[in-house]
Amino acid sequence: MAKPTIPTEEYMLSGHMACLGCGAPLAMRYLLKALGKRTVVSIPACCWAVIPGVFPYTNLKVPLVYTAFEVTGASISGLRAAIDARGIKDVNVVGFAGDGGTADIGIQALSGAVERGENIIYMCYDNEAYMNTGIQRSSLTPFGAWTTTTPVGKTKFWQKTQKKNMVEIMVAHRIPYAATVSVAYPEDFINKVRKAAGIPGPKYIHAFAPCPTGWRMPPEKTIEIARLATDSCVFPIYEVEYGKYKITRKVVNKKPVADYLKMQGRFSHLGEEEMKQIQEYVDREWELLLKKEEFTKEW
Amino acid sequence: MVKKVITGNSAAAYGVKLARVQVVSAYPITPQTTVVEKLADFVANGELNARFVNVESEHSALAALISASLGGARTFTATSAHGLALMHEMMHWAAGARTPVVMVNVNRAMGPPWNIWAEMTDSIAQRDTGWIQFYGESNQEVLDTMIQLYRICEDKEVMLPGMICEDAFYLSHTVLPVDIPEQEDVDRFLPPFESAYKLDFDNPVSIGSLSMPHQWYMELRYKIAESMENARKKIVEVDREFGKIFGRSYSGLVENYRGDDADLLLICAGTMASTAKDVVDEMRNEGVKAGLLRLRVFRPFPNAEIVNLVQNAKVIGVADRSISFGNQGPFFTEIKGALYGKIPTKLLKNYIVGIGGRDVTTNTLKSIFRNMASIKDHGLDEEVTWVDLKR
Repeated sequence: MAKPTIPTEEYMLSGHMACLGCGAPLAMRYLLKALGKRTVVSIPACCWAVIPGVFPYTNLKVPLVYTAFEVTGASISGLRAAIDARGIKDVNVVGFAGDGGTADIGIQALSGAVERGENIIYMCYDNEAYMNTGIQRSSLTPFGAWTTTTPVGKTKFWQKTQKKNMVEIMVAHRIPYAATVSVAYPEDFINKVRKAAGIPGPKYIHAFAPCPTGWRMPPEKTIEIARLATDSCVFPIYEVEYGKYKITRKVVNKKPVADYLKMQGRFSHLGEEEMKQIQEYVDREWELLLKKEEFTKEW
Repeated sequence: MVKKVITGNSAAAYGVKLARVQVVSAYPITPQTTVVEKLADFVANGELNARFVNVESEHSALAALISASLGGARTFTATSAHGLALMHEMMHWAAGARTPVVMVNVNRAMGPPWNIWAEMTDSIAQRDTGWIQFYGESNQEVLDTMIQLYRICEDKEVMLPGMICEDAFYLSHTVLPVDIPEQEDVDRFLPPFESAYKLDFDNPVSIGSLSMPHQWYMELRYKIAESMENARKKIVEVDREFGKIFGRSYSGLVENYRGDDADLLLICAGTMASTAKDVVDEMRNEGVKAGLLRLRVFRPFPNAEIVNLVQNAKVIGVADRSISFGNQGPFFTEIKGALYGKIPTKLLKNYIVGIGGRDVTTNTLKSIFRNMASIKDHGLDEEVTWVDLKR
């Protein structure tokens, strides 16, 4: 039998409350497989405030400290301070928040924690809208997407702005390590989390986690769509270590972005013109990323 | 014992040091800043072995400390007015998570218009968050209450956060002689924090999970109410024990100053109580039977103590350094509630004073006592009066 490429230990148990096909439990599962038992996780308001189950039950085999929506960065700073004060050396302190809790309401506390150089791992599981509250747009909702607060309607009120680039925002903080991962690539996911755990100071990992409910797609397509997101360069897989860029999943034969968009009901209202616009944007961002990798090659 | 002439903010910082706080997190706001500056000095000089988390907001300060407390550390923050208001969400969270975070709040008015001077509206507005609230009268009391608060809040039967309030500038920036207790005495009085939770990687728990209407949320809230009731007894016990070791105590929840036989009984909190004590003495010299009750604790509210202490009064005046718009002074409303059905009807009057730091002088308080005397003879003029209001 072939040797498993990912650890067989489980720190996230089955029987959770996520929707069918949800990418978020996969993100937590891989994260904890990489970090192991000596890990404490802090989670704000998000789908993961519900997924572990109702008090007094939990589906995690590590300590979990819930916190308020906007303060994951502060909560993990406090946890690290307490752990340091108690002289404990071998514990991973992890913040685990959604895209709204990271890029919108939680960006201040995250920025503070990263600027202070806290020894923490922050993972954003990005499903591109406020899914727990019922698919409202966030600043990580992509251009063109329908959500309940960017409905299509007669006036084409769908999302008109491009999503914030959280990794770049973190790089601008001169963070020691920032990376993107996808639930479609568990080996890469786990390798990056392990690498992050070995680097002192703040680490930011942005995990692509499709939401079948909010993206209006079949639940069995989660991995397929996540792969397509990377293969079309909508969501490139890369890391930035002390400013040096490295694309960890090279895309050789770029798939058309339209293939990715057409699999999801949230983009079903888009015409050829908008698809073309999105393709151009994705191409430009990809070129920029290649150039950054090239520019920082010798660093 | 060392005697130092220091400000209230400095006294608070000595309290933190003596309590061997492990994690400090705060954000600067006038007039709180000198508390954390002093603490930063203590940490920098190696006098206090604490982690100092220089957060980007008060909201994050309290969030960090809640998680630090759940991680098993003794924690401290200090803030004021707008900072406290920004913390409001996490104030509820601290009590709900049963974390004995201790805070100094420098009572300051809320803007606009901008005003950095003394008023109690900021902390009164946190009334329903589940925090124990003390109001200090002197710098010594601020320091001593800090040490008492850790004992009270960390008690297994309490496990709630607590704050000690200082009037802006009257305490925060005014120097007074303060006895700094010996570290070994404080260590004897205040053992290290033993959290019920800590982080146990062999038996991990989730803290703060979703709880549904049909199961435990209501019961968990009942437990907070119960713990707040337990705190009444603890406050008195801890104050008494403190007195035995340090030679100073503060009469638990309410201080009675010449109130037993007073016809005219004034109730107030904070520094104006010091001035009022002088005025009571003067009135007594003039043959007026004046007295004072000082509210040391606002939560838990000293209902029974007040009922006992006002039995002989003919007129009760309540001086509020805050106003609940659309009703009356918050102390007044609560005191009326405490007395209802417990004593025969008394003449009760509310005085709104010192808003936005307007000085509450001996003359202000004398005019209040004179008004109370007039009420005693002629009946109530109006239920609420704004004293020294320019018209």
